[in-house]
Amino acid sequence: METLTFVLSGTVIAATPLLIAALGELAAEKSGVLNLSIEGMMSLGAVAAFIVVKNTGDYWLGVFIGGVAAMLLAALFAVIVLFLLGNQVASGLAVGILGGGMAALIGKPYESATVPPMPSFPIPILSHAPVIGRGLFDHVLLVYMAPAIAVLMWWIFKSTKVGLVLRATGESPETTHAIGYNVLVVRFLSVLFGGFMAGIAGAFISIASATLWSDGLIAGRGWIVVALVVFGAWRAERVALGAYLFGAATIGQLLVQSIGVEVPSQLLTSVPYIATIVAIALLSMDGKRIRLNAPVSLGRVYREAH
Amino acid sequence: MTRTPWTIEPRLGGAGRSVLIAPVAAMSVTVLIGAAITSSLGVSPLRALYFLYIAPFSTLFNFGEVLLKTAPLLLIAQALAIGFRAKIWNVGGEGQLILGAIGGSLLPIFFNDSDSMLMLPGMIALGMTCGMLWAAIAAWLRVRFNANEILVTLMLNSIALQLLYYLVSGPLRDSTGYNFPQSVQFPDSAMLPLLITGTRLNASLLVGLAATAFAWFFVERSMIGYKLEVGGAAPNAARYAGFSETHAVWLSLLIGGAAAGLAGVFEVAGPLGQLQRVVSPGYGFAAIIVAFLGGLNPLGILFAAVFVAVIFVGGDISQTSAGVPYAVNTILQGVLLVSYIAARLFVDYRVRLRAPLRFERAQLQWRH
Repeated sequence: METLTFVLSGTVIAATPLLIAALGELAAEKSGVLNLSIEGMMSLGAVAAFIVVKNTGDYWLGVFIGGVAAMLLAALFAVIVLFLLGNQVASGLAVGILGGGMAALIGKPYESATVPPMPSFPIPILSHAPVIGRGLFDHVLLVYMAPAIAVLMWWIFKSTKVGLVLRATGESPETTHAIGYNVLVVRFLSVLFGGFMAGIAGAFISIASATLWSDGLIAGRGWIVVALVVFGAWRAERVALGAYLFGAATIGQLLVQSIGVEVPSQLLTSVPYIATIVAIALLSMDGKRIRLNAPVSLGRVYREAH
Repeated sequence: MTRTPWTIEPRLGGAGRSVLIAPVAAMSVTVLIGAAITSSLGVSPLRALYFLYIAPFSTLFNFGEVLLKTAPLLLIAQALAIGFRAKIWNVGGEGQLILGAIGGSLLPIFFNDSDSMLMLPGMIALGMTCGMLWAAIAAWLRVRFNANEILVTLMLNSIALQLLYYLVSGPLRDSTGYNFPQSVQFPDSAMLPLLITGTRLNASLLVGLAATAFAWFFVERSMIGYKLEVGGAAPNAARYAGFSETHAVWLSLLIGGAAAGLAGVFEVAGPLGQLQRVVSPGYGFAAIIVAFLGGLNPLGILFAAVFVAVIFVGGDISQTSAGVPYAVNTILQGVLLVSYIAARLFVDYRVRLRAPLRFERAQLQWRH
């Protein structure tokens, strides 16, 4: 029973930052922008939140500042790909490298420092249930907010005008422009939202789960996030499912260790990366599925017609 | 309501001499931002500029370091550019370099007392093969399963690093080395010859220059290079002409893997002299920046490689002489690519401010 509680709790903690950042990336990609700088944005969010919490002890201020810091970096990325017509792959890599470097520099004085973990918010009644109570309902608020945001985004994409305009922008920017919407503004806001979410995800890691800062803290999660959107075929509900499956996979390695199987630690560290490759391969196999679900204009430079 | 206050039109008929504007502008911005960041850390701006950009040329040893770091950047960037022109995004140079370093270390570790003439050629062959095999995973997954090569090569970077950590702390560790995570020292037969005494510069620079010449020939004169470029610029036309995308993927990734693998061998057979936990200060990533900064052009890449090597060496000198954190180095690489991409807009396109709308007044006059 203890083990099950541990598995459930570990899964949702590992999945939460992946889900939050992936939902942000989903919005950006739905509008037609491939943002490959998530890793750098999560690092910057993580370090900004960590510094705020270390100095003020205010966790929600930390989450907010983490989100804003990453959003500023996202604004730079958006200006380059939207207004300066930069190639999205190269620009994403460039801004990602920049963000990682900035995080390392800003975080230098805090290297290996720790903060007390963000206080949890046990849900009344439910948190007293056996096994699942402590496994699922005794976490920080962000853990419950992540799936709620997923549901909200699913509803927005499916049933609201905002969602429709966003999707239309990703499918056919020319048409969206022709019927009177400003493609660049829609995309700019989507990328900013993506940056804000990546920053919150980074903040979650530095102040709620790892509770420390060190250079390389994000450890490739930003890339797993980009993979999750492909995995989820650009649908909020499947992205969420993917995030929890990945969370479970990372917990699996701890379990293997705890039952005393001798496996090199480096192999266990590699498990999420290997799982990502396998997942991408299996899910991309059906080319039709990708073509049908991927936003048509994803990754293309859009230049306004005159 | 949806009008932007400016218009952007492509420049037709090629950009001509103005292609130089973007890299020069990007480098200037990087020089200034580098000085600004370093001086914000308490180093005077002039000293900062000196450490970052002048000191790398100030002594023979330092200049040797610049050229030593130019070699792997040049080698990898030339190969990556071939793929990038075909829009095949191999961002796994770092992992392929690591595999090359591992493969290149096997012979000198297991035949440590050998002074065979075949040692270096064998290391190079093994290292290149390992780099190619690592890249082949991504190529195969892309061709067979349509898996996105950006994500796969990135994941392979992380896995390669873990593989290296495992090997140097286990099977390939020097058993007499007090448990340090590193291999035995390589014998002299496994070391690249030095080019200039008093520096660490070795023959890898010559290979980098040869790769540049080869890349120039490949791009400008060969049919395969042409097919790759058409595949990147106009995929439908390429398909119609019967140029195979599968071939393009395999070729781009294998060339990239071989070059990065070779660069990995040169690290262990050059400045390192053994296999360690750190075999590269990020050459595989920096080479991506070099490839773009050089405009994906073989000659441009040569200059870009030297400039990025200067940032590496200048960053090292700033760190040791003035305690500037290494992260500044990473930031400058990011700034360099960001400002290059931004500057390209003004080379590839003509940007004009729109005349303000006179619509209402014209209408009013018409009514009168």
